[in-house]
Amino acid sequence: MKELFQTLGAKLFTELKSGEELGLFLSAEQTDYVRFNQSRVRQSTFVDQKVMTMTFQSPSRKVVFDLTLSGVYDIDFAQSLSLLERAREEVKVLPQDDFVSPMKNAGNSHQEHKSELPTVNQAIEEICRAADHVDLAGFLALGLTVRASLNHLGQNHWFSTESFFFDYSLYTKNSNGENKAAKGTYAGTDWDSKSLAENIRESVHWIELLKKPTQSVPRGSYRVYMAPAAVADLVGMLNWGGLSLNSYKNGSSPLNQLIEKERFFHPAITVEENFGLGLSPRFNSLGEVSPEKLKLIENGQLQNLLVSSRSAQEYSVSTNFADKRESCRSMNMLPGTGTLSFPSTQALDRLGTGLYLGNLHYLNWSDLKTARITGMTRFACFWVEKGQVVGPIQDLRFDESLYRCLGSEVEALTDESFVAPEVDTYYQRSLGGKKAPGLLLKDFTFTL
Amino acid sequence: MLNHVSLGIHPNHASFDPESALSKLKSSADWVALRYVNEKNHSRSFKNGKSESHSVSFDRGVMIEVFVNGYFGYAGTSDLSNAGLMRALLKAKEVATLASQRGISEFTLDQRPVARGEYQSPFFQNLDGTSLNEFCDTLRLATERMKASDKIVSTRADARIIETHQVYVSSHGTHVDQKYLMIATDFKATAKEGSETQSRSDKGGLARCNQMGLEALDRREVLARCEQIGREALELLTAPNCPTDTRDLILAPDHMLIQIHESIGHPLEIDRILGDERNYAGWSFVKPSDFGKLQYGSKLMNVTFDPSVPGEFASYAFDDCGNPATREYLIKDGLLVRGLGSLESQKRSGIPGVANFRSASWNRAPIDRMANVNLEPGSSSLAEMIAQTEKGIYVQSNQSWSIDDYRNKFQFGAEYAQLIENGKLTTVVKNPNYRGITVPFWNSLIAVGNAADVEMYGSPYCGKGEPSQIIRVGHSSPHCLFSQIEIFGGGH
Ligand SMILES: [Zn+2]
Repeated sequence: MKELFQTLGAKLFTELKSGEELGLFLSAEQTDYVRFNQSRVRQSTFVDQKVMTMTFQSPSRKVVFDLTLSGVYDIDFAQSLSLLERAREEVKVLPQDDFVSPMKNAGNSHQEHKSELPTVNQAIEEICRAADHVDLAGFLALGLTVRASLNHLGQNHWFSTESFFFDYSLYTKNSNGENKAAKGTYAGTDWDSKSLAENIRESVHWIELLKKPTQSVPRGSYRVYMAPAAVADLVGMLNWGGLSLNSYKNGSSPLNQLIEKERFFHPAITVEENFGLGLSPRFNSLGEVSPEKLKLIENGQLQNLLVSSRSAQEYSVSTNFADKRESCRSMNMLPGTGTLSFPSTQALDRLGTGLYLGNLHYLNWSDLKTARITGMTRFACFWVEKGQVVGPIQDLRFDESLYRCLGSEVEALTDESFVAPEVDTYYQRSLGGKKAPGLLLKDFTFTL
Repeated sequence: MLNHVSLGIHPNHASFDPESALSKLKSSADWVALRYVNEKNHSRSFKNGKSESHSVSFDRGVMIEVFVNGYFGYAGTSDLSNAGLMRALLKAKEVATLASQRGISEFTLDQRPVARGEYQSPFFQNLDGTSLNEFCDTLRLATERMKASDKIVSTRADARIIETHQVYVSSHGTHVDQKYLMIATDFKATAKEGSETQSRSDKGGLARCNQMGLEALDRREVLARCEQIGREALELLTAPNCPTDTRDLILAPDHMLIQIHESIGHPLEIDRILGDERNYAGWSFVKPSDFGKLQYGSKLMNVTFDPSVPGEFASYAFDDCGNPATREYLIKDGLLVRGLGSLESQKRSGIPGVANFRSASWNRAPIDRMANVNLEPGSSSLAEMIAQTEKGIYVQSNQSWSIDDYRNKFQFGAEYAQLIENGKLTTVVKNPNYRGITVPFWNSLIAVGNAADVEMYGSPYCGKGEPSQIIRVGHSSPHCLFSQIEIFGGGH
């Protein structure tokens, strides 16, 4: 695949005429996907796909074509050459684009992570065996993922990784006859049967607690502990326009008040883009290399917005090489320190009486101006009294401002953050993930 | 004088004959099918009178499907050579051989009926007959027309054109050839004054999507709509917040689309009811025993699965297992009668279903999806519904949506609303939101607009499945009136 991409690139660059610029980005995978229900296989799909994005620029004009490559050089060259010709025709008639930034050579890099993955059949066998005594629904993705970038100026980045994730949930009925479930994820580069079985056993521990009678919790305000997976979902909403310079300038940023220093988050809240987590490559879809670490929100105040090269041109600021969407590719929310922190093993004690929320579901902005988010509780969520789990709850809807749940209502954070690997597979398998701590809130509002 | 460049793009790629490719695979499996998808997806946008982005994707590939010991296995590849397809077939077989012993259900070829036929979506004006320059000009003018004052800080025009050709052939004689031309547009203005920001769009983000041609972008009509969008964005800027209250609620068709989608469509998907989706999108409050028994809504509620509506976004002749698509009632006089389940789900559950085994592209296996799910008209006019409301609110254009994983507790927000006092529309209010629980909500339906009141919308972005799939859905509906719903605004 590397040879195909680099040969195509080399040949296409020689076709360029004076003043023309061409960048190529490859996003490819060879993945075995297997879906499980009731601890059995529902559907298995192997996918081999390679999408090459051609970014063509001639002064103040830009056209982007995505082409699915066949893998056969002659066919792919003929197709991409015809698209190069089409791009030339388009720039002759398209109106001027003032915000095109000239391409640069952002250097070379090469990362190739090889690992010992099991065959898909081995993985299926081991999952079915480890889960034969429980009701499991889950999703396995296993294989090679590639990102690469070339341009006519000699830029050359390659990132490939062989990895897997098994994202699953376990189900039971409690004594009220209600369905209850707990979530687990086993992910990495080195598959180990014992670790898989241990991971599932740990999740089974939640099932015992979920079998207890349902605790009726009327809507209202409660003390809440959000486990790291729930916090990752909540903070992940910042990726929906919150940290984007462009959305701020367009008037559609949910963090307008934070950016304009009208309101602040709690001093314990620090969020950064951190490629040191090793979850995704540092180069973006134009091959530009983002800083290893960029503080976005520090001690509750905005430090930086994510700025793409296009936004930099449009708003006359400097770029930090964010991708076009201007969202985090490797978000890290720092754990608590000092008196504002506690070990995650003490979460229930520190909560005392209130709600333990394992996961959240279907978050959306309900009021951009006040950074208000609505969403649901999901999976392992419990009513807790005096540090003891009393029983599971029926899922509740919340509708809360981030200025409360990352601001005035923050009591403390766990002293450690945990990685939530990206399990998104729309169009193709994603890379990346988020790292977040657990969060203890003095008051959190449920509306339904 | 500019060169004439048409919107149509024809990359130089080798032709592909699905039947001939299949003939070379037949002897390597007891049953094999091949689904070829060739899709061009054009996306062009303008912002504040300027060119913003021009991108087109060219995606071509094949999904190979094999049947081994009662199990269907899949492998997708973009290598369309004989050797590439054979590699995919062997891979699909290898996994299927083990998976068939670990499979959740045993299937037969009854779930892959022999199908022969074709489909062409309706259109008047194609891409080759449309100039790129003219097309872009319409988008540019649209962003300028929305700028009704200096308080409009941002205007944006987005257009997507999707050309899809799909051929499904099998070793037992299926040959289905379906071609689509689809257009989705979005025009949006954002107004700002002090700390207040409000946006108004053309019926909600990309809700205006249809199977049709470039006639969708008639310049005069587009600009007239854009003028209204700009005006209404300004109106919202000075409007009071939506009150916190319990009121009668009239939902416009461009908001009904999300209410239908989230609280009817998804919970009726039989694969959700069977638990396939529990780990991702969620389960359903609907139980298999509810079909034929559950009074889902009031007697005025009639909902169909209808892939036969000309021009609606998700119309087709056959689904992706070759099942001929027909119009069916899901809910009749408020009673739940049928689920959104494919032949596989029907076999597993025993629940009557529809032809909705659909995949996002060549690289995904089909699963139970919505297509067009429509609320059938009643007998009221919008004027009558307003007149009969003493204290209410009329809500338009969805902009925020959330529902739980069993599809019970929802909260939806919209762009624009007007209060109703003593049978008359009064104050415009900003940030309208409402919440409810699915079955009680639909049972509070007290009036449904008539046939003349029906409008057709959809979404290019319904997400579901593992691996995940984005699929196109259509929803048509008249205005509907619901009694005594909790409403509220922004702030905190
Ligand atoms: Zn959906």
